[in-house]
Amino acid sequence: MCRLFGITSDEPLSPLVAIKALDVMKEGHDGSGVGLFMTDLAGELEPFKGYPILSGVFTQEGIRTLDQFMMEFGFLTKHKYSIRPTRKPPRGTPARDVYLIRSYEYPYEWEGLSSEELQNRLVDIRVRLRRLGEQNGSMTVFSFWPDVIMIKEVGDPIEVADYLGLDRIGLKSRVIMAQGRQNTNYAITLYACHPFFLQGFSSMTNGENTAFVPIREFLTSRDFIGYTGYQSDSEVFTHILHYTLKRLGMNLDAYKHIITPLTDDELKRHHDGEFLRRLKHSLRTLTIDGPNCVIGCLPDKTMFMAQDSKKLRPGIVGGKPGQYAFSSEMCGLDAAIPDRDKTKDFQPMKYDTVAVDALRKEVKLWSQWEPCTRPA
Amino acid sequence: MEPVGTMHPSSLSIKDQHWVVAWDKDKCTLCGKCTAVCPVQAIFLGVHRKRTVNVQLGLSEKPTNVYGVYHGIRQASDAPHACVGCGMCTYVCPNSAIMPVHNEEIDKLRFHINEGGNPRRRGGRRNVPAYVLDKLKFVRISMLTDPALDAGRHEFELRTLLGRILSPENALLVEKEHGWAPPVREIYPLIIGSMSLGALSPNMWEGLQMGVAYLNEEMGMPVRICTGEGGCPPRLLRSRFIKYVILQIASGYFGWDEIIKALPEMLEDPCAIEIKYGQGAKPGDGGLLMWHKVNKLIAALRGVPTGVSLPSPPTHQTKYSIEEAVAKMIQSMYMAWGFRVPVYPKISATATAMAVLNNLARNPYAAGLAIDGEDGGTGAAYNVSMDHMGHPIASNIRDAYLNLVKIGMQNELPLFAGGGVGKNGNLAANAASLIMLGASGVQIGKYIMQAAAGCLGSESDRCNICNVGLCPKGITSQDPRLYRRLDPEDVAQRVVDVFLSFDTELKKILAPLGRSTSLPIGMADALGVDDYHVAQRLDIKHVV
Repeated sequence: MCRLFGITSDEPLSPLVAIKALDVMKEGHDGSGVGLFMTDLAGELEPFKGYPILSGVFTQEGIRTLDQFMMEFGFLTKHKYSIRPTRKPPRGTPARDVYLIRSYEYPYEWEGLSSEELQNRLVDIRVRLRRLGEQNGSMTVFSFWPDVIMIKEVGDPIEVADYLGLDRIGLKSRVIMAQGRQNTNYAITLYACHPFFLQGFSSMTNGENTAFVPIREFLTSRDFIGYTGYQSDSEVFTHILHYTLKRLGMNLDAYKHIITPLTDDELKRHHDGEFLRRLKHSLRTLTIDGPNCVIGCLPDKTMFMAQDSKKLRPGIVGGKPGQYAFSSEMCGLDAAIPDRDKTKDFQPMKYDTVAVDALRKEVKLWSQWEPCTRPA
Repeated sequence: MEPVGTMHPSSLSIKDQHWVVAWDKDKCTLCGKCTAVCPVQAIFLGVHRKRTVNVQLGLSEKPTNVYGVYHGIRQASDAPHACVGCGMCTYVCPNSAIMPVHNEEIDKLRFHINEGGNPRRRGGRRNVPAYVLDKLKFVRISMLTDPALDAGRHEFELRTLLGRILSPENALLVEKEHGWAPPVREIYPLIIGSMSLGALSPNMWEGLQMGVAYLNEEMGMPVRICTGEGGCPPRLLRSRFIKYVILQIASGYFGWDEIIKALPEMLEDPCAIEIKYGQGAKPGDGGLLMWHKVNKLIAALRGVPTGVSLPSPPTHQTKYSIEEAVAKMIQSMYMAWGFRVPVYPKISATATAMAVLNNLARNPYAAGLAIDGEDGGTGAAYNVSMDHMGHPIASNIRDAYLNLVKIGMQNELPLFAGGGVGKNGNLAANAASLIMLGASGVQIGKYIMQAAAGCLGSESDRCNICNVGLCPKGITSQDPRLYRRLDPEDVAQRVVDVFLSFDTELKKILAPLGRSTSLPIGMADALGVDDYHVAQRLDIKHVV
């Protein structure tokens, strides 16, 4: 089972905080991989927050293809922060040429574009790069977005972190999500490794979504270029999040209603039942199934956790003002924030969504029995 | 050469029959129950002449003949009285002395059931036992990463939707603008399909209705039943139970006088209106109620004279094109109930189903599409229609679903599949397969007749005399002497049994697949089949 750890902190943190938390939780995972999502960047990349950062794994040939491709589109490299391993990789980790972290300046033709158009073009570039790379395995692209870094690799998280030198001083952020396992349900590929990312939305999941195929079909038929990939059944959680907030203009509270709607009988007793029933009907295909704990992050840096409708997976959130962590296991939370008031730890149950926004003052709890906000 | 008397081309012996009645003289008590119960007078009391040759030992006395007679069963061999294999003789025989058995070779009778130039008509189903859905397996079993659920203890929500479902964007728009949203029903995914009062006996119909009402009111299962084309008893129309009923309108419009009359007095809206454009058992052919069954009650209900055959036209005669038919008829039906009742068409499975589907997709009122496959049953049809016309449901429903996926409307226009579901007894497995291929729900007819009332029909041409109203179980007869054999209370109880056991079986299928919070519509990744071509065609896994 995957181990998940997310932390949001006023004080910029090294990704090692999250990796160490995963290591503490190692008892329950097989150390087969690590996925890292960092946003609200600090350190060396903070001055470049406004520029899209390309994250991925490249071969030398891939770098050449990338450079040519980006030049054709008019992108100029703004800042390079890539990792080029100099040591022998740990056992189980393939040798790679470059873990790319590179920020770009927008092409000047893009000036004046609406933010919607600009964001869609960024997705388009990422998807094109992915397809190019898939032809010969020279490029694996995780994200192309301002203020976001993603690193994914096969192998034991702590060994991979050590190998990649993730403790480098300049690599810091205020929001980190980490997942410690390679996908084992489908083929092993870096694209199957959580967290997943799309236009500022990211999520990782501890479980398996048995309703994956109909959900994938629904998303791919929405006519949006970003709804693609799906090497893992968990990727749809990120895309449903994106669809809910970005396409439907709804809030995080609707996300829980969409992935785990209340039962027909419960809706009869809900004072907002009529609206929720219509929502459930229209989004019936996005109802998830199976055991799943979802930890995610929104473009406004709000971090959240929600459980499946039977609450079949563990998950806990706790911390102190200025620093909160979301963890699939309590020991991970203990390792990251030992000096918190543990009596205020919270384990969301089947109706709950918990969230900590960018102000990081408190954990907000919201239940499905409360009113659901309408889109603006 | 011995003379055999005058032979007619259609002179047949018992050897030429489809069913041969095996009778045991030693066990027979000559009680006469079998001959009395036989619905087609295929057997009768016969006097058999018997010669016994008495040969004494030695040569002194010559052998003698003793001629005697004994009484017993004879089987008719002319086409009108051919044994139908119903086995009622076996059922009533106190000593198990009689039983119809299948002829070991293909009968010659079939070449002669067209006397007077009338091709064979019958009730029943396609005489082909094989069913592709029986070959499908559920192969995606949840194991370590997503442990299987407990069918007995976990909470399941096995409901489906009948009605035009708005896209998420439109649903939010309607909410914002307080606009009109199409009516949508939350129903159980197993529906009792259209079987009219007329095709079915009053006792059978009443039993089904009572069973459905019980399931709704006592068991909390929103099971729905469709009337078929034959109207609905006025009292039911004006009762609260009408909300469990889908009213069908078909090309003969039988029964709709009474329904329209009842409109102002109806306490509740019906569940939905089904517009029948086709039927899987006899595609391209209208409904048929033969004169034998049009008694006073049925005639009154349908607004016709008694004793006349009621063949519905193959299509709705007032309509010109599919666009017009769908748009006008759906609109009219919506208007009749103030746009509060979903209206959807039912067609027979066909290679042209996608054209219908695409048309419906463009019609914002169409509440769904029911597709009835070639294995569907009927009360009366030409044998050739039943056996040779039509399209299997599996690939038709799959194509329809994938077509909707392609245009992104898989949730907006629910598909309902029927035609042979459970024909070999595998009701839950067949239904679950259809749902995973893309159906939102499943309609059954023959299964409920067999399970809830003991229908004797089979794919080996057994019984199948529903058309002439001689049903020996009283299921499809309008003769009180026959239908009183069936107690409506017993039928109702069996309906409840069927649905409860189906519910458990469906959970036993879904729980190991890790599904419980919603019906696995389109979850084709769970399906596998050991036939490569079937797998390719249905876009499911090929497993060996």
